[in-house]
Amino acid sequence: MNTQFLLQLLVNGLVVGTLYGVVAMSFVLIYKATQVVNFAQGELLLIGAWVCWTLLTKYQVPFWLGMPMTLVFMFAFGILVQVVILRPLIGEPIISVIMVTIALSAVFQAALKWIYGVNPQPFPRVFTSQSVTIGSLQIQTVYVMSLVVSVLMMLGMAWFFKVSKWGLAMRATAFNQQVAQSLGISVKTVFAMAWAISAMVSAVAGVVVAVVNGVSSGLSIYGIKVFPAVILGGLDSIGGAVVGGIIIGLLENFAQFVDSEYLHWGNLYEVAPFYVLIIILMIKPYGLFGTKDIERV
Amino acid sequence: MASPSLIPAGDFRTSYAVDTTIFPTTTGRNFAILGVVLICFAPQLLSEYWLSQMIVIGIYGIAALGLNILVGFTGQISIGHAAFFLLGAFTSAYISNKTPIPVFFAIPLAGIVTAIVGLIFGLPAARLKGLYLVIATLAAQYILIDFFSRAEWFSGGSVPAMAKPFSIFDYELRGDRKYFYVVLAYVVVSYLLVTNLMRSRDGRALVAVRDHYLSAEIMGINLTKYRTLSFGLAAFFAGIAGALYAHYQLVVSNEGFGIERSILFLAMVIIGGTGSIMGTLMGTAFVMLVPEAMEWISMELKGGVIDKALALNNNLTFLREIAIGLIIIAFLVFEPDGLAHRWRQIKTYWKLYPFSH
Repeated sequence: MNTQFLLQLLVNGLVVGTLYGVVAMSFVLIYKATQVVNFAQGELLLIGAWVCWTLLTKYQVPFWLGMPMTLVFMFAFGILVQVVILRPLIGEPIISVIMVTIALSAVFQAALKWIYGVNPQPFPRVFTSQSVTIGSLQIQTVYVMSLVVSVLMMLGMAWFFKVSKWGLAMRATAFNQQVAQSLGISVKTVFAMAWAISAMVSAVAGVVVAVVNGVSSGLSIYGIKVFPAVILGGLDSIGGAVVGGIIIGLLENFAQFVDSEYLHWGNLYEVAPFYVLIIILMIKPYGLFGTKDIERV
Repeated sequence: MASPSLIPAGDFRTSYAVDTTIFPTTTGRNFAILGVVLICFAPQLLSEYWLSQMIVIGIYGIAALGLNILVGFTGQISIGHAAFFLLGAFTSAYISNKTPIPVFFAIPLAGIVTAIVGLIFGLPAARLKGLYLVIATLAAQYILIDFFSRAEWFSGGSVPAMAKPFSIFDYELRGDRKYFYVVLAYVVVSYLLVTNLMRSRDGRALVAVRDHYLSAEIMGINLTKYRTLSFGLAAFFAGIAGALYAHYQLVVSNEGFGIERSILFLAMVIIGGTGSIMGTLMGTAFVMLVPEAMEWISMELKGGVIDKALALNNNLTFLREIAIGLIIIAFLVFEPDGLAHRWRQIKTYWKLYPFSH
């Protein structure tokens, strides 16, 4: 058994997993606050990455300025999508809402390919890439950076929901919209804010992935990988999303290890999360931390 | 939703059977039969290109019909329909190549195999809400496509699988002009089957599950059974359509059956009208003709300012995807009942003409 290789893959898994966790968190944020299952989450990631890339390469904006500009753009973009497309659908059956987000993802995906082409683009060097040696492992600094950013975002999210006024308003809305409204919370604003924040968080994750791997339409696979993560963690649990994301990231890389060492099937890395997804749906459909639905008529 | 159903004066329905007939009026039935007969002349009248378009519309129409049972009548979504379509195609090619079973029987067999696989994926979500089924079918899409690219004994792996041409009793139906009748027969039979299903007890049970599943369960409808059944039926029609596609193209490959194709199937159902059987065919035709329209528009604009600015010709595939996505959104927001609803309104308008108000 190749311990060195396994460790390396597990570190990879942790880094990718925290990113999944961040994306899953922003997915759950939208689901919890607005009951919309967002199939276009991966495209939000992609849009954030491309916008930042454009600012940095086309307009030569320095990174410390380009990143906040991207965030401002994504904030506005999230609100725009919510107000223009999803607000008219409030009260429509869940199928229509899901279909709209699926269609949105198709539109964004194609539009971005149209604008930027299908070839991946390298991201401008933001950090000088070096590798840190911990024990016998070589870890690239971008990976460390990615891990740190992800953890910071998770902590930021925790602070936001536990302490800040907006976070509390959002939780109240998720709990019961009518009660929240009677307490003076504008549910409309909360819905828009949920999309805005989710878009911003996704954009940060997108830029992080882009810095590590370059920008390409393949980035939106993060939006698909989110599903195993959130189903594992429980659809409406933010903590669960983080845990689910990390587990899926580790598992993916572990599958790759098993594959390359023993099975030699090839490509197991890509599909392993989906097998897990089916198994979870069979045995524990509400995930590890999700609330069970109890229906009252 | 309320469509004004206009019954001609003096046409009283005195029994339940009469009320649920497929064609409420004799004229309607005669027109439908006339329509089918006229379409039979299509191979003689249409050009090769439009004929192949019609065949493809027919094949996709069957797959979309299956999806409409799931989406429109049972209120569940599947985004793995393209994978089931492809499974049917590979299965039929496999059966007709590796066993002595003729193509004629391989097609329905492929449908049954696809239905069984569909049931396996549908089971975990059958007891849950629609959302979980969406996610399960998403997994099915990826797992199946991965399986096709891996299983060389079944699908040929990276090499496309070959399929035999359609034949009955050593009489080969090769070429568009003959194959058209095979597809037409399948389209007519499957549309009649589904229409009949929807007026039976099982069909009404599916609709009850969609409209209020708790009430349906209290009335004694077995939710798990009917959700699984509708999922199996959807997969069955996808399999049949896939098999027809395989013996039409004579070659089956993984290419182009990703999640975008599944979204295309959903588009057909939504544009046609969820829960409308004839609407499905209209929706399919609409979706298949969008690329034609786009091509025509880009030809018209060729050389103009817009063409130069946007490089339309090089990006036609992306533009088509964008157009399909935007059309889905527009239909969901502005016309949730689809083309079928519009068609009924037009019919009503002419029935009442000139007193349409």
